[in-house]
Amino acid sequence: MSAATDTPESSDLPESLAEIVTDFAETDSSDRLQLLLELASELPELPPRYSEHPELLEPVPECQSPIFLVTEVENPEQGGAAIVKLHFSAPPEAPTTRGFAGILHEGLNGQTAEVVLSIPSDLPLRLSMTDLVSPLRLRGMSGMLSRIQRQTSERIGKITAQ
Amino acid sequence: MSTAIPADSTAKFAEYADGSRLVSTEWVAEHAGEPGLVIVESDEDVLLYETGHIPGAVKVDWHTELNDRVTRDYVDGEGFAALMSAKGISREDTIVFYGDKSNWWAAYALWVFSLFGHEDVRLMDGGRAKWQAEDRELTTDKPRPEPTEYPVIERDDTSLRAFLPEVRDSIGTRPLIDVRSPEEYTGERTHMPAYPEEGALRGGHIPTAASVPWAKAANEDGTFKSAAELKAIYTDEAGLGTADEVIAYCRIGERSSHTWFVLQHLLGYTNVRNYDGSWTEWGNVVGVPIVTGAEAGEVPNR
Repeated sequence: MSAATDTPESSDLPESLAEIVTDFAETDSSDRLQLLLELASELPELPPRYSEHPELLEPVPECQSPIFLVTEVENPEQGGAAIVKLHFSAPPEAPTTRGFAGILHEGLNGQTAEVVLSIPSDLPLRLSMTDLVSPLRLRGMSGMLSRIQRQTSERIGKITAQ
Repeated sequence: MSTAIPADSTAKFAEYADGSRLVSTEWVAEHAGEPGLVIVESDEDVLLYETGHIPGAVKVDWHTELNDRVTRDYVDGEGFAALMSAKGISREDTIVFYGDKSNWWAAYALWVFSLFGHEDVRLMDGGRAKWQAEDRELTTDKPRPEPTEYPVIERDDTSLRAFLPEVRDSIGTRPLIDVRSPEEYTGERTHMPAYPEEGALRGGHIPTAASVPWAKAANEDGTFKSAAELKAIYTDEAGLGTADEVIAYCRIGERSSHTWFVLQHLLGYTNVRNYDGSWTEWGNVVGVPIVTGAEAGEVPNR
């Protein structure tokens, strides 16, 4: 049975994220947390260059549980075409936060800076989780996304309105 | 308390005013699965239960299950009865709550259950972290409880819950306890350190409120401090003395539920209320008095 009564807008998202949005919408609401948990468990470990230097990561205080992230841009002189790599650190006792990070990693890691900067800020609301997770908890994901976008802008030297 | 489920005879608990409100992890390990006992996990992190929980435990989420979806309020009697039925909880059941973060959210759930007069509600001392630290069994198997016939009980908002007008009238007449962090109390910040901003326009505290951060009541391992230590903190240092009425508040009422539990059940204050509107309400209301800085402050002229 599909739980999707109306599938959220995904045509303005890269394929990787659009797939996640569709997966959540098509998963029965009783199984959506399980899907989020799978994404949490797929979040890769930090590479040693960051795990040994946690000061290089930026905290995300919008999340209820501690999470840190860093955005890397390869060949930033390529501007919008440069490739973005994401790294996250969140403890196992914060699986929801890890799940949000897992979504952003799965959806955005390896995308171009242009794609990363084009992600609409209402992405968390399109994951069909508002009722299951609560809007307040979803704010944490918005906090991560806005930091990823700000760091990406800074790395490629793009001035933003922020 | 009524029920066939025995109290935990741990010596530490016997020192509290009502030690039967606490059970140890050992006790839970021994009694889990007995008819008439329901174990409820209630966490800040909504996925934690799914990663593994005490065998047989059901999950109750404060954000999504105990709150009304539209109004800023808790579910009503019908909503609560439907929730209890879905969780397989009967009116006579003994409920043991446990959760993450030193049982904040577990205490919050226990308090909300108490608004509906569910009689036998207990906390597992030390919560989820202690259970895990002791390498006790966790499972991802979700119980599928049989629905129960839980009666529709009207929520009692008068005895355990305080609203803004009463809190305002209490300034200078009843002790108020502010359980937030020192930075929130002084007004340096409007939310918990390293926590999301939940939108209070002003920082500070309610005039005359004593600052007793909730965590003072807890040991490093999340268990409650001893009766003598709690008495020193609240009765003596915070000056509650023999007060017959106390109101506690924090930011949204979750940390103050932890303090409410301490005052009401462990120290035996008879009329303790939790102001769940807390700072996210008070810090946004036009014209209410606020004090900044470390001093409790004077009763304002009216």
